[in-house]
Amino acid sequence: MVHLQSVIHPAGIEAARIGDLWWTMFWICTAVWCAVALAAMVAIGRGRRAAAVDLPDRQISRNVAIAASVSIVALVALLFQSVVTGRALNTLRTPDALRIDVTGNQWWWDVQYENPVAGLRVTTANEIHIPVGRPIAFNLFSNDVIHSFWIPNLQGKIDLVPGRRNELWLQADKAGVYRGQCAEYCGLQHAKMALVVVAEAPDDFERWLAANRAPAAAPVTPEQQRGKDVVEKGPCAMCHNITGTLAGGRTAPDLTHIASRSTLGAGAIPNMHGYLAGWITDPQAIKPGNRMPPPGLSSDELQAVLAYLETLK
Amino acid sequence: MSANDEKKARVIERDARLDIDTLTRERERLERTWANGRGMIAWLSETDHKAIGRRFIVTAFGFFTLAGILAALMRTQLARPENTFLGPDLYNQIFTMHGTTMMFLFAVPVVLAMGVYLVPLMVGARSIAFPRMLAYSYWMFLFGGIFLYVMFFLNIGPDNGWFSYPPLAGPEFGYGKRADVWAQLITFTEVSGLVVATCLVCTIFKMRTPGMSLNRMPLFVWAMLITSFMVIFAMPSIVLSSTCLILDRLVSTHFFNQAEGGDPLLWQHLFWFFGHPEVYIIFLPALGMMSEVLATSSRRKVFGYSEMVLSMTATAFIGFGVWVHHMFATGLPQLGQSFFTAASIMIVIPTAIQIFNWIATMWTARRLQITVPFLYMASFFFVFIIGGLTGVMLASVPLDRQVHDTYFVVAHFHYVLIGGSTFPLLGGLFFWFPKMTGRLLGNRLGQVSFWLLFIGFNLTFFPMHLLGLDGMPRRVYTYPASMGWQNLNLLASAGAAIIFVSLLVYLVNIVVSLRHGAVAGDNPWGAATLEWATSSPPPPYNFAPQPTVASAEPLWHTELTPPPIVGLADDKREVLVTYLLDAEPDHRYPMPGPSLWPLLAAIATSIMFVWSIFQAQGVVWGSIPIFITLIGWFWPTKGKERLEHGVRGTMTASESLS
Repeated sequence: MVHLQSVIHPAGIEAARIGDLWWTMFWICTAVWCAVALAAMVAIGRGRRAAAVDLPDRQISRNVAIAASVSIVALVALLFQSVVTGRALNTLRTPDALRIDVTGNQWWWDVQYENPVAGLRVTTANEIHIPVGRPIAFNLFSNDVIHSFWIPNLQGKIDLVPGRRNELWLQADKAGVYRGQCAEYCGLQHAKMALVVVAEAPDDFERWLAANRAPAAAPVTPEQQRGKDVVEKGPCAMCHNITGTLAGGRTAPDLTHIASRSTLGAGAIPNMHGYLAGWITDPQAIKPGNRMPPPGLSSDELQAVLAYLETLK
Repeated sequence: MSANDEKKARVIERDARLDIDTLTRERERLERTWANGRGMIAWLSETDHKAIGRRFIVTAFGFFTLAGILAALMRTQLARPENTFLGPDLYNQIFTMHGTTMMFLFAVPVVLAMGVYLVPLMVGARSIAFPRMLAYSYWMFLFGGIFLYVMFFLNIGPDNGWFSYPPLAGPEFGYGKRADVWAQLITFTEVSGLVVATCLVCTIFKMRTPGMSLNRMPLFVWAMLITSFMVIFAMPSIVLSSTCLILDRLVSTHFFNQAEGGDPLLWQHLFWFFGHPEVYIIFLPALGMMSEVLATSSRRKVFGYSEMVLSMTATAFIGFGVWVHHMFATGLPQLGQSFFTAASIMIVIPTAIQIFNWIATMWTARRLQITVPFLYMASFFFVFIIGGLTGVMLASVPLDRQVHDTYFVVAHFHYVLIGGSTFPLLGGLFFWFPKMTGRLLGNRLGQVSFWLLFIGFNLTFFPMHLLGLDGMPRRVYTYPASMGWQNLNLLASAGAAIIFVSLLVYLVNIVVSLRHGAVAGDNPWGAATLEWATSSPPPPYNFAPQPTVASAEPLWHTELTPPPIVGLADDKREVLVTYLLDAEPDHRYPMPGPSLWPLLAAIATSIMFVWSIFQAQGVVWGSIPIFITLIGWFWPTKGKERLEHGVRGTMTASESLS
């Protein structure tokens, strides 16, 4: 297994705390199971013998009471451990955290890096870059139905509920690429609503952020220019935004730096030339029911659009 | 002849009304009075609780088969990554249908049906209370299930999951009629469940045979009583929420629309206030069956009767206080969540006490018999407990926030529901099959079927724990090959195939045994409770004469057996109504006979329910036929059926002797 999306391979302090709680619970529960299974087997073994020992009821009562008391002690220990972990999970909250707004849509994630200056906000989709070692606060919203934001290697999940704002705090302590996935059934393509989290060194993160703050790269070759024209004047611009161009739609993932992302269709396919061509030609074949209609481009237009989009690093 | 037998013989000898010839004649008269005629009309107007209980069980297992086939389809789809066997639309309908069918058309109806069949026999009554209402309940259940499957085959099957959360199921995102079909199916099953629960409560409270005070009731009857009360308190919550959902969808109310002041989380609270007790509604009757079978196998009463009853009662109470543990990920305030963590952990205690008492029972058994029903019950200790312990993990907010809505939860609730309810149910069916049909199920096929199920079940569901920990969410129609989930999924799918074979063997066993099984006799297992005091299968009037009891294990303490009831009419359907606590005789009560009206009323109600999801006027115009059928149903009959107050004319043989 690859453990890209694993509860028991934590890469951050919050997931590590929950991981510890898991192992505590796992060992206590395993012990309890073994004890009960053993008791049941011994009981069956003894019961089968003819005229088994006639224990007085008082003694049986006492044994049942002891077993019940031990269970209660174990349960209280688990409750205690759970509450302690729950409280520890709250200690990450600091004012200098990086704040990121994530909005769930059927079936993709809109991601915005908060900044008091509107022009400095960074908008992207389905891929989140975060610096290692710094607390991150996610503000979570939904535009349609209930989704759930979950990156198991870093933190437990929380729902994105329409009309509400939920908050999730986490911190990555190990650089790496982690995968998250919508964890609340949200309709037809719930299975293909993933996101990628790239935890990187703070310097790398700042470089990434600066690059993503810039408007889209201008086309260089005539074919790229033609691709830009198709995007701006064709159906793409109705839904997609490419900052620095006439494409200003807001109902679909932002494409300003699409070429820098690793997946397409919220994790449905890798972002590579052939896949991108396939997606633009017929997105319904790859992720049936998603909200992107086939744009109906001619093959020349398609090649031009591909040439242009691949410059949007 | 022992002294006791002599004493009994003397009693029978001395009472002319109990001599063999008189008894035979009385039985013939009772047969004429209580038997239903032959033919289609008679079959459709049946009100005998045993016939209806059997139909309920058979129908519920029919739906179990359908839902099982759907599960097999899902496992086929998930056996490989990026599989295209089922598309997302069909897969989503299928998992919704599987969950909905298993919960609403199998698990709850089948456990209530076991109660419908067994409770009147166990309490020594001639009938269930309100037999016509019971018939109505069965028809509503059947029509609801048929309605759901017809819609499914017309591609209007619900596709929002068995808990159907708005806004996904609301008017804006739940296109077409699919969510309405789900909500209206719930209405059908609510009506059916509430009616059965009412019948059972009244039977248990008012129709126990004299001598069966509350503290002599079999544990299964206690389980059914507590379950019935849970149904009565939990169902209104789902009545309310599904009605609000239909109103949102049909006439644009905004109960769950946050844009107009509603709240999508309101649905979750209402749904889980019902949904969690639902789990115990399925689970408690299975505990009752466990107790009966373990006691019979161990040849002793279950240790700690009062603790068992109090534990089940405590489970029922606490079960209403844990619903928020299904909502830990919705962002509710933390303090409130801790309360529900504590309650969810606390509910383990009563179940633990029952488990320890059962272990104590087996420990002190008098030559424990390893029968096939016992195997099913014993597997509870190994299978259910895994589910119970993962349940404790899910009660912890931090851990639940990780594994909620993953395959870990899928594994958890299948361990709880199959381990805690289906295993005991299949054992219970094996145990009571001879009572219902007069023939024993085959032992060899029973063993094969059990072991296949035990292996197949663990092979299917244990890997799901690991899949959940490795991040596989539930309700996904496919997964990428790069996640490395395929081997465990393939294993689970292979396990599902074994489960399928096991259930097939069980079915073959039933079919073969119905014709060629060993003849059972009255009490093939040597059990203690009253249902084994009558013939197998029991006559339409259950008992003649109606026995009375002086202990909780009447068939094991024959030396205590008090004389039976005499004086109940044999020319009309008459039952004895007794007082609640000590079951002292109160009065005789005439039971209604077979009638077509429950069927007609159920047809009219079904038309209204189905019509109303297409047009709001359906509620108005559709009500008129219902009223007409109810008028027909309650039309006073000419005749002498009247309540005879007091115990005049009814007495036990001993009273008649003195």
